[in-house]
Amino acid sequence: MAVGRTRSVAMLGLDGALVEIEADIAAGLPQFALIGLPDAALAQAKDRVRAAATNAGLPLSHHRITVGLSPASLPKHGSGFDLGIALAALAADDAVPAESLDRVVHIGELGLDGRVRPVAGVLPAVAAARRAGVGTVMVPAANAHEASLVPGVRVVGVASLREAAIWHGAQLDPEPVDPVLGAPSEERGAPEGDLAEIIGNDDAIDAMVVAAAGGHHVFLLGPPGAGKTMLASRLPTILPPLDGEAALEVASLRSLAGLPVGATLDDRPPFEQPHHTASAVSLIGGGSGVIRPGAAARASRGVLFLDEAPEFAAVALDALRQPLESGTITIHRAKAVAQFPGAFQLVLAANPCPCGQWGAKDADCSCTPFARRRYLARLSGPLLDRVDIQLHITRVTAGQLALATERGGRLDSATARERVIAARARAAERLHGTPWRINSEVPGVWFRSDSIRLPASATAPIDRALERGAITMRGYDRILRVAWTLADLDEASRPGIDHVGRALYFRRAI
Amino acid sequence: MARKDDLGRRGEDLATAYLEGAGLVIVERNWRCPPHGEIDIVARDATTIVIAEVKTRSSVAFGHPFEAITPAKLARLRRLAGLWRAAHPEVAGGLRIDAVAIIAPPGGDAVIEHLAGVA
Repeated sequence: MAVGRTRSVAMLGLDGALVEIEADIAAGLPQFALIGLPDAALAQAKDRVRAAATNAGLPLSHHRITVGLSPASLPKHGSGFDLGIALAALAADDAVPAESLDRVVHIGELGLDGRVRPVAGVLPAVAAARRAGVGTVMVPAANAHEASLVPGVRVVGVASLREAAIWHGAQLDPEPVDPVLGAPSEERGAPEGDLAEIIGNDDAIDAMVVAAAGGHHVFLLGPPGAGKTMLASRLPTILPPLDGEAALEVASLRSLAGLPVGATLDDRPPFEQPHHTASAVSLIGGGSGVIRPGAAARASRGVLFLDEAPEFAAVALDALRQPLESGTITIHRAKAVAQFPGAFQLVLAANPCPCGQWGAKDADCSCTPFARRRYLARLSGPLLDRVDIQLHITRVTAGQLALATERGGRLDSATARERVIAARARAAERLHGTPWRINSEVPGVWFRSDSIRLPASATAPIDRALERGAITMRGYDRILRVAWTLADLDEASRPGIDHVGRALYFRRAI
Repeated sequence: MARKDDLGRRGEDLATAYLEGAGLVIVERNWRCPPHGEIDIVARDATTIVIAEVKTRSSVAFGHPFEAITPAKLARLRRLAGLWRAAHPEVAGGLRIDAVAIIAPPGGDAVIEHLAGVA
């Protein structure tokens, strides 16, 4: 047998493609050629593989070894092909049975000592292998937990190349090694706090519940210390849990970003809070060699919170417009086009002016009118156009604090979450048979269509605002959307004048 | 003479015998051309001149003998082959560079491997 053959997975964005690894041994001086568009880390595989094979007690043939990765035109990167390359080369030399190798997909980096080391992105790679109809995958022992989160695939975790060869039926004595462990797989921390901890600002709490129920993007405007960050960080605690597919997608993105993935699928929506110095690439993803997901992709199916939004670079903010529109992030590079999910819920927070005191009752603003205007103008119109709920938050007063402490009975996250789940169920029922599931996804024209249009008596407040020129047609549609979410939360069959009025109130920030 | 030179000499003798056994006629051994180096064995068959490089080791503990035939060594062999050709204008025919690896453990039987046309 002069040709050994096995398979691995090349990742591009969140999609993986099966790659066939072929190893050929021919008469010739010792040489190891690796062909098929490898990047720098992959091109070094030949040195890692030769050393690992020798130290695992399975030296490679000293003839000319040519390893081809096909399809050859697909760019491949990273060290995850090592295990497959080593086993294919050993199979070409009849050191490992070839039939067994052919059916299994191999993912793993080899250490020089012959141990198999963990790699990033095992979860999406295994998911891609399953989609391609593969039944068995061999992964590093440290990634075995992560890989087994994908249902319907047999996962074999191996600690060393020798163990892998023995699994495939090589006649060798086992030599147990200490498996290489990855970064300690910490579970994601418990959710930050509870909605009940927020004092005063009942409007804002209502707005967060509405945002959660309808999936609306939120803009919070208010002076420092008003509780904007606290509000935003409570949003994930009232979002409904992720279903299996969404949880797998979220975990896949974490894996691709090199973050630890827990032993079980986490059904909590992700919360990403990039710093305002973040570049456009760090937000939406990118990179020249390996295209990695950015904060927006990691926040998909959860919340992307941009604190101090006007301080972000305009380029970075406007890069979010495409994912806000389409729910997917497409990254174009000269070599390839990668796609990531981008269905995040955006929460923007901003001070009203550079000094932050504008509009506060207890302090004077020291900014010039021009500085104030310019500050919020940094958030571009097209971006704010996509934000349904825009709310002004004020500082809590001593009176509100006293009242809140006495009264008790504040809305807690668990109760709010039940209301959100019920409201979403109502919306899903109404939207049955359409491509949408939550109100924020629905285009305004649908809400104005004959079958579902609200009577003029209900839309009177926004009709008048539109006549006055206080809102635009696009703003009109957004208010309608929020009004429907309010009706869903109130278990009303359709929004009344009260719901429309409150929806209009949620748009008065600027 | 150092032990490694003895080993090399023994290897070259074994290689010569091996090539003769394979039907080649030995033309010359240890053809030197300072400062370019030395050709271990020059042999010929019916049509072709064979320039053979012999590498001998007593074990593979430090790698297979073939691993010592580096691209630089192959380049030198090609240069020497041309020089040998220039020095022997009367010899006609094609030219080929072969490598012979000999693993000769002390007091044991040697293993001989032969690669034809390596450069």
